[in-house]
Amino acid sequence: MLSKSSYLIFIISGVIGISFWIGFNVNLLPTEASINAPIYDELFKILFIIGLILFIGMSLLVVYSLIKFRKRKGQIGDGIALEGNLKLEIIWTVIPSIIVLLVGLYSYNIYDRMGGMNELNHDHSAMGNNSEKIWAGISQSNNNLSLIDTNIEVSAMQFAFLFNYPKGDFISGELHVPVNKEISVKMESKDVIHAFWIPEFRIKQDIIPGQPTVLNFTPTKVGKYPIICAELCGPYHGGMRASIIVEEQSDYENWFNQNKKDELKA
Amino acid sequence: MTILIDKKNQVTEKIQPKGFLRYFSFSLDHKVIGIQYLVCGFLFYLVGGTLASAIRIELTSPMSDFMPRDVYNQVLTLHGTIMIFLWIVPVVNGAFGNYLIPFYVGARDMAFPRLNAVAFWLIPPSGLMLITSYFIDGAAQAGWTAYPPLSITTPQSGQIVWILSVLLLGGSSIFGGINFIATILKLRRPGLKLMQLPMYCWAMLGTSILVVLSTPVLAGTLILLSFDIVANTGFFNPVLGGNVVVYQHLFWFYSHPAVYIMVLPAFGLVSEILPIHCRKPLFGYKTMVFSIMGIVVLGLVVWAHHMFTSGTPPWMRLFFTIATAFIAVPTGIKFFNWVATMWGGKISINSAMLFSCGFIINFVFGGITGVALAQVPFDIHVHDTYFVVAHFHYIVYGGSVFVIFSSIYHWFPKVTGKLLDEKLGILHFALTFIGFNLCFAPQHWLGLNGMPRRVAEYDPQFQFVNQISSLGALFMAISTIPFLINIFLSVKNGKKAGDNPWKALTPEWLTSSPPPVENWKGEAPLVTEPYGYGSDNY
Repeated sequence: MLSKSSYLIFIISGVIGISFWIGFNVNLLPTEASINAPIYDELFKILFIIGLILFIGMSLLVVYSLIKFRKRKGQIGDGIALEGNLKLEIIWTVIPSIIVLLVGLYSYNIYDRMGGMNELNHDHSAMGNNSEKIWAGISQSNNNLSLIDTNIEVSAMQFAFLFNYPKGDFISGELHVPVNKEISVKMESKDVIHAFWIPEFRIKQDIIPGQPTVLNFTPTKVGKYPIICAELCGPYHGGMRASIIVEEQSDYENWFNQNKKDELKA
Repeated sequence: MTILIDKKNQVTEKIQPKGFLRYFSFSLDHKVIGIQYLVCGFLFYLVGGTLASAIRIELTSPMSDFMPRDVYNQVLTLHGTIMIFLWIVPVVNGAFGNYLIPFYVGARDMAFPRLNAVAFWLIPPSGLMLITSYFIDGAAQAGWTAYPPLSITTPQSGQIVWILSVLLLGGSSIFGGINFIATILKLRRPGLKLMQLPMYCWAMLGTSILVVLSTPVLAGTLILLSFDIVANTGFFNPVLGGNVVVYQHLFWFYSHPAVYIMVLPAFGLVSEILPIHCRKPLFGYKTMVFSIMGIVVLGLVVWAHHMFTSGTPPWMRLFFTIATAFIAVPTGIKFFNWVATMWGGKISINSAMLFSCGFIINFVFGGITGVALAQVPFDIHVHDTYFVVAHFHYIVYGGSVFVIFSSIYHWFPKVTGKLLDEKLGILHFALTFIGFNLCFAPQHWLGLNGMPRRVAEYDPQFQFVNQISSLGALFMAISTIPFLINIFLSVKNGKKAGDNPWKALTPEWLTSSPPPVENWKGEAPLVTEPYGYGSDNY
């Protein structure tokens, strides 16, 4: 016969075990296709496990109390006259505070690794508008010295994205980028607020009229992914999508050279 | 002397409209006004629910085929606005606040009965105005957030009507807030101390402070927005040098506290319902009070977590992450205290109790996704997606609306003197709980995998999960049928409840059911231990 406390330990470790198992075995996220994505998924996994432990634990407590302490037929009178317990109340103030603080610090670390705390910049020396104030976004190291253009300008309008490649002086309706290279997009809206979201990259940034924003990312997987507008922008908001095509460096160079303005062709 | 004269006047005026008709009159009786709020709110809930059904029907297929795209945007805008401003806010504050607060403080009415009636009578016309704008030139279609420049460039008449009606509803809310603060602080029966008040009073005090501090900011913002629309000013219009992000700061300075305006009173109501049906004192009264006030203070400094993908600098993102996540601490305290209240009780498992337990489970889930959303890197991926839609429905429907139903089952005998049918009540709970979770739980996955919110068309890979969600919505729609049948049958020939069917100790139960116009025959009782269960007090 097990004692009461060993039952408790058994149930608690069971809840934690199940939460870890679900956290590691159930994948709720799409493909990882940028260097941000595995970092994001690591944070997601931790939050998912902590959340599961709390949710399963609380739900079990509620259901257990409902069944165990239900009023039986013919029973009269009240429950125990317990008005509080300072020790318990301190415990469930302090422990959640510590969890919340640790999660906050951890997510700060994640954000830093994603490049969120870096100075915002977008090297547009070719365009000569370096001094322009960038408003917001995520910037990674951006010390990319490739000859091929990886600084791309995005303009959003009702209900399309256009991608301007300044070094090739051409505009495309699809965003082509080379794999494993850091890409920097500077975005501005022509009319209302839009948003630039690539779920497989785990990144999003609003595109704001009058205030350019910047987003840096490094794709890691060749393929075609959707670019989705995530900010209500009018009747055709749901249809406002484009594609990002991540390709090998050589394929990208071919595409770029085919499209660039004739006078720029060597 | 003046007090005596006032009392006399109030009582004579209160007696004037009689019978059923008094609910359609400019009554000054806080109980009549409370019921007016509740029934009016419920009618708007049915409208908002119909609109929600239209949205879920549209989303059963990936194409935009059920209604035109601009109508879809009007429908989602009206759905959000109606559910927030005409259903949850007026009901958890106005309906239960007006009915219960005077009882709890031992008063015969609210501090300002005329202001109270004005506050209620602002609601039906502004609600009707909002709905009829759809039939005239199309309703607003920029979402309930009305972000410029979209709200400036969409058809103007609908947007202006939207602004006017939200301004009127905000005014109603401010009048109510002032009235509650005055009543709780100034109309307490002599001998009744603040720390002896039922918890709902504290919740309403905290909520009313938030209402009075933040609603005027929304009003000012919307007035500036209306200037941008009708007078071509450039406060938020980027073409004229305006700043669209400033609007978002001002809007969320109200609209985040608005979440607490919707859930704090619900927390208060649950704190009244649980001890009675568990036959136990409310666990940790003092920590409950401090956590309410903690939520009020923190609630005012977290607004920019709605703007992590807008133009916010990194340090600001960090500050709002920490501040937001810390709201989980006082909120968590309340949930642990409620479970501790149940622990060791003699729990009657009835509809009121089931809806309250459903609330605890749903809200814990919504709270956990809320802490996750507070983390900037997490939010950046799921912001403006169905993940967020799922999260806030867990808070406002799984939270507040479950509590509204729980409260209706709990206080129906007080208002009518009759009991609601328990079998229909439990059926109502089961349908709502299953339907709700079926509808909103899968939406978390949709958001994580790439479905943005407020869309009429989506990637076909999401069709199956959307259909599950719509099936849940169907359950929720059906769940209102047993509820309505229950209400109508019980009002007509429900079981007699007696004055105090739950053997409760809070002051509203220490009078007849339904209570007399002056609340108590004779002196108001002095209840210093509203949760004194467990010591054979009755």
